[in-house]
Amino acid sequence: MTDDIQARTNILEMRGITKTFPGVKALQNVTVDVRRGEVHAICGENGAGKSTLMKVLSGVYPFGTYDGDIVFEDEVMEFRDIRDSEAKGIVIIHQELALSPYLSIAENIFLNNEQKGAFGLIDWNKTNHEAAKLLARVGLRENPTTKIMDIGVGKQQLVEIAKALSKRVKLLILDEPTAALNDEDSDHLLNLILHLKEQGITSIIISHKLNEIKKVADSVTIIRDGKTIETIAKNDVTEERIIKDMVGRDLEHRYPDHTPHIGEEVLRVEEWTAHHPQDPSRVMVDAVNLNVRRGEIVGIAGLMGAGRTEFAMSLFGRSYGSKISGRVFIDGKEVKTRTVSEAIEAGLAYATEDRKTYGLNLIDDIKRNISMAALGKLERFGIVDDGKEYQVANEYRKSMNIKAPSVLAKTGKLSGGNQQKVVLSKWIYSDPEVLILDEPTRGIDVGAKYEIYSIINKLAAAGKGIIVISSELPELLGICDRIYALSEGRITGELPIAEASPESLLKLMTMEKPR
Amino acid sequence: MSDLETKPTDSTAAGAQVNPIENKFTERLSHILGDLGKNGIFIALILVVVLFSILTNGILLRPQNISNLIVQNGYILVLAIGMVMVIIAGHIDLSVGSVAAFVGAISGVFAVQWGLPWWLAVVLSLLVGALVGVWQGFWIAFVGIPAFIVTLAGMLIFRGLALVVLGNANIGSFPDEYRALGNGFLTNVFGEYALDPLTLGIAAIAIVALFVQQFRTRAARQSYGQEVEPFGWFITKLVLVTVAIGLFAWALASYKGIPVTLIVLAVLVLVYGIVMNRSTFGRHIYAIGGNLHAAELSGIKTRNVTFWLFVNMGFLAALAGLIFTARLNLAGPKAGDGFELEAISAAFIGGAAVQGGVGRIGGAIIGGLIIGVLNNGMSIMGIGIEWQQAVKGLVLLLAVAFDVYNKRRSGGR
Repeated sequence: MTDDIQARTNILEMRGITKTFPGVKALQNVTVDVRRGEVHAICGENGAGKSTLMKVLSGVYPFGTYDGDIVFEDEVMEFRDIRDSEAKGIVIIHQELALSPYLSIAENIFLNNEQKGAFGLIDWNKTNHEAAKLLARVGLRENPTTKIMDIGVGKQQLVEIAKALSKRVKLLILDEPTAALNDEDSDHLLNLILHLKEQGITSIIISHKLNEIKKVADSVTIIRDGKTIETIAKNDVTEERIIKDMVGRDLEHRYPDHTPHIGEEVLRVEEWTAHHPQDPSRVMVDAVNLNVRRGEIVGIAGLMGAGRTEFAMSLFGRSYGSKISGRVFIDGKEVKTRTVSEAIEAGLAYATEDRKTYGLNLIDDIKRNISMAALGKLERFGIVDDGKEYQVANEYRKSMNIKAPSVLAKTGKLSGGNQQKVVLSKWIYSDPEVLILDEPTRGIDVGAKYEIYSIINKLAAAGKGIIVISSELPELLGICDRIYALSEGRITGELPIAEASPESLLKLMTMEKPR
Repeated sequence: MSDLETKPTDSTAAGAQVNPIENKFTERLSHILGDLGKNGIFIALILVVVLFSILTNGILLRPQNISNLIVQNGYILVLAIGMVMVIIAGHIDLSVGSVAAFVGAISGVFAVQWGLPWWLAVVLSLLVGALVGVWQGFWIAFVGIPAFIVTLAGMLIFRGLALVVLGNANIGSFPDEYRALGNGFLTNVFGEYALDPLTLGIAAIAIVALFVQQFRTRAARQSYGQEVEPFGWFITKLVLVTVAIGLFAWALASYKGIPVTLIVLAVLVLVYGIVMNRSTFGRHIYAIGGNLHAAELSGIKTRNVTFWLFVNMGFLAALAGLIFTARLNLAGPKAGDGFELEAISAAFIGGAAVQGGVGRIGGAIIGGLIIGVLNNGMSIMGIGIEWQQAVKGLVLLLAVAFDVYNKRRSGGR
């Protein structure tokens, strides 16, 4: 398959892809060429547009909802949905695996592609036999009748690939395939990708793990802010160049000025440890020590799976994890944070990374969402003062610039930026000492981001301690006074803003546990 | 529903640039349409009443029948109040009929077999109901078993226990004071008149209270700079409600006066209305039903709220059991059969959402009344029980389908 002529032809050309969402230009004239039989890495920060690009390619965003052409095997594709792209041999494996936990490996592999025998009934012998053959190809030693829930994430990833092979895949797309895997599983997966390459299967791998890109990729395309920056051939790939491409944007003007007035220590966390809720043998947060002073904005940087959210949520009333230990001090006094209400009482607030699932009651109005965490301030003898609640909410609507006709508007109908302002209002009204903001600008357009940063600055100026968790390094570098790096649940370093750079942070963020 | 609320407002915004006079008119119209949207269920009740008044040649609206309507449906309405709260929180309770039967039987033991004073029997019975709620609430809130399963089990358990308590026999004849709960009327307190003065007096007080409350709310909203409806429409609505209360009171006054069941109901609606609209507990229920995770991460003690919700449901199921037993003057094994289905129907017809987070006490009451009028109207017309069942099922389906359609049109979830 890999004779010279074929190696030089492109299996896929994405030409001038532009995709806009209301208010956001997610992709702008993106061009990517993938040669037949290569492993092509697509690199970029979170929110750079990688996933959007893959959704365009796989037909999740159907033909007509984007501009530009997808040319696959010299033909312009017009995918209406994901089934169309799969029929052509383009299979995407998402970060969140799409397997049914209660079905067997074989059943999952042939889901909606059932191996039928006489009378159109499922031929179980054939199903399991074929599945076993596919499992052998991906190097997974499991019985095809084992249930998905009984195997680990790494093996599930392999089942996904086996499933892709069953569809006679020509172009395999892997979205952050190793994000949830341990080292051994990651190695196996990367070797498998190389092995499949020998069999003539082209792969696109989305990743921001530089060592892994260097290991498998034949070429790397870097995307930033929805635009292609450049495509680098294997021999020219260096970490420095990729990092520079990923983050090298104008950092000025995106962040409001912030002059810190740093006071006494307000939060100190000692030896904070949390284990996985279902699998208590896995340490997710490993003896974290950190502190925040009044007026200080402290960043936590870490790659996906580093334990950022796990740390924040376990700290905030043990909302995540099992076997949690460690000590928390507010203003030098040890406090208990065993339940969310205790944590709020102690002066903590946590604005979640996933507003819609964990932050807002989308079917209720702005007013009631803002008062939700601090109804106690509005009640007398258990009765809520409606009028005062309206007044409070209306003040926040004005001061936070929440764009809605009134505070009686349902939060489900607001834009991401305005929803985030409602979440922030809720926590500010609960009057915390320390606010933990988890991905405060995820899914928010640039203008609203600036407003959110301004709010964060104002809170710091008012003497609150702020922790910002973000996967966007420029954001952390733009607003923080000090940044902790987190890797595999451990704090691997702490840099004052003057010493922090994307390069120095990425080095700390990818620092592995000594083994 | 929110579609009706928002769309006319949009048109006023456009109208403002074109023609200020038309703007004022459309603004009024928008309020009226918005209210109609919000009160769609109320209009449905009026339509059903009008329909059956015609079909029954006016028998439906005779004073005696109106009085009967309340007394016959009282226990369903009591259950509907608790049920809509449970449904708003995203749960369900299938056991209420069995619990009502169980408590009815227990109250028979207390009041008849043991001969306890009637008030003690009532208080103890209500306590037993609350304990049943403690039992079910424990499994649902603290062990984490779905309410559907726990209350399905409860449906069997308490039906069984009711039969055990009854020991294959009916318990009957209850003390008069106890029976008043289901059959009694507040009447002739001031002597005999063609129109009971007490009923009219209470109605007058209710109307005055309504006016005071409405004007105070309006004033409070204005003082906080909150938008209020146009004064004309505000007054029109008040007058319409006043006329309705007046006619209703006149009907009761010209028959036997105010049923005790109605007084119990009025107190419950008032108290639970405040609980759901104004209290922190009520807010927490809506928050849990709207987004459990968000509620938890906002510091709401979701387990406690769920627990007390079921304790409350047990209490109300007990009360419904007492009213039913009092009305029949008999605690029997078939008591409470199918109550849970009527109560659940009432809540859903009244606009509660299956996924939780949405619903109102008033809606559930009106939903219950719609079912009551359907039952009563069809009975008067001589329609058999089999067709009554089928019609009620259809009404439930259509009511929820209408709701779903409305939400989809307005772009909600």
